[in-house]
Amino acid sequence: MLEVADLHAYYAKSHVLHGVNLRVDAGEIVCLLGRNGVGRSTTAKAVMGLVTGRGSVRFKGREILGRKAYEIAHCGVGYVPENRDVFAGLTVRQNLMLGVKDPKAFARGETRWSIDDMYRLFPRLKERDGTAAGVLSGGEQQMLTLCRTLMGDPDLIMIDEPTEGLAPKIVELVGQFLQEVSRRGISILLIEQKLAIALDISQRLYLMGHGHIVFEGTPADLKNNEAVRKEWLEV
Amino acid sequence: MSMLNGITYGLLLFMLSSGLTLIFSMMGILNFAHASFYMLGAYFAYQISAWTGFWPGLLVAPLLVGAVGALVERHGLRRAHRFGHVAELLFTFGLAFLVEEVVHLVWGKVAVDYRIPLELDGTLFSLFETDFPIYKGFMMLVSVGMLLALYALLTRTRIGLIIQAALTKPEMVEALGHNVPRIFMLVFGGGTALAGLAGVIGGNAFVTEPGMAAAVGSIVFVVVVVGGLGSLAGAFIASILIGCIQTFSVALSISITDVFALVGIALPQGSQVARLTITQLAPILPYLLMVAILVFRPRGLMGSRES
Repeated sequence: MLEVADLHAYYAKSHVLHGVNLRVDAGEIVCLLGRNGVGRSTTAKAVMGLVTGRGSVRFKGREILGRKAYEIAHCGVGYVPENRDVFAGLTVRQNLMLGVKDPKAFARGETRWSIDDMYRLFPRLKERDGTAAGVLSGGEQQMLTLCRTLMGDPDLIMIDEPTEGLAPKIVELVGQFLQEVSRRGISILLIEQKLAIALDISQRLYLMGHGHIVFEGTPADLKNNEAVRKEWLEV
Repeated sequence: MSMLNGITYGLLLFMLSSGLTLIFSMMGILNFAHASFYMLGAYFAYQISAWTGFWPGLLVAPLLVGAVGALVERHGLRRAHRFGHVAELLFTFGLAFLVEEVVHLVWGKVAVDYRIPLELDGTLFSLFETDFPIYKGFMMLVSVGMLLALYALLTRTRIGLIIQAALTKPEMVEALGHNVPRIFMLVFGGGTALAGLAGVIGGNAFVTEPGMAAAVGSIVFVVVVVGGLGSLAGAFIASILIGCIQTFSVALSISITDVFALVGIALPQGSQVARLTITQLAPILPYLLMVAILVFRPRGLMGSRES
């Protein structure tokens, strides 16, 4: 589905990514772990075309590096940023509608998700249908950004720290939601700092340090490798 | 009567400032050439009305101006954007001069004879022995119509929602699959078309001459700063406010001495400044208002930005 090879990226003159290699297969949940500032978010942004990168990013066999963000989105890549970028002045429903990329296909019911699907998964959003997104709680905003990206009917979604700052109960809800999304055949690249849900829901994980991948394996591999956890993850 | 005149002028200012403030909040560009598009609207309308009459010009001139605006964004500003905000500012600054020179070349340095059409010339009604011209009523009608259309477009249509979202988070909107560069071009074209429309209906109410862009340009910036950069509602309130301040103050013949006398302070006789009348001060009142706003509420009446 997604193959990233030797990806480099720069912010002005600072070299942030030093040759990242990773891959996400169809229907897989893959976790990209690492401490703050090691380049996890930059990796996602470079794949999305929001940061200029060098190297190769192939999606469904096609090279997408260097294309515009909206073109990459139309190829089927979805991105949920870490800062819960809801459109504060618009209502919950308007936010969801803005996630739709192809209004004609959506109107004909050809997309995988409808607004009702979202409301069934997150009844809280249904109650807030006409409310301005800016006044929602942090957890609700997180659900909204997830749902908004899904409305665009992506085949892969990259989610940046969806559990950051949420209560344990909501974190559990997000985990269940991601598994439900995955069951519908959507690949997920989950970016996390803590092991919170990563070990439970992902099939494979990558650990990042200083702009490149330092460990790759299954959740069990990481559990058994205390040295790697100590060096690259735990504080 | 002054009130009506003030509102008419204010609505015209809003037509100009709404485009400027939309462009600013979406693209971060303070378009110094915005009033030049207003001037282009007036000259295009003059030229078209000379050939075919006023009514085709009312429709065609703003569309032409909008098309010029969209081309400028697509082939000029988008290139300048790569070199940062300073380059963009310089670009719009240069564009303002360029437009003025083109106007000099094509239509000459003196005012052109762009007149109110005969069917709109006359008195609509009289109030307290003052006449309210039909054309002012027509200006109000066009402005209010445009205001309602803009509101409906921004709140009721998909493209309007995308614009609203892109005002604050263009990067996120693009990641959701919307062609933001094209939206930018449309907003720039739409904003300049509004300025063009203001030129069409303002050019014959006032004067159509090469200095008209500079004359109105600074006032439009005052409106946008007072209203709060990036706020349509703020631009509306500030437009009406400044429209009214300017027309009321022109009608007031009391002097500064009188004003101070009203609050019980006697100013020394014989001072030049104290004898100035409010009418003489009228042109600087909007700027005083701007300074007051910048001192007491730097983000403007309705602005959300800190800078």
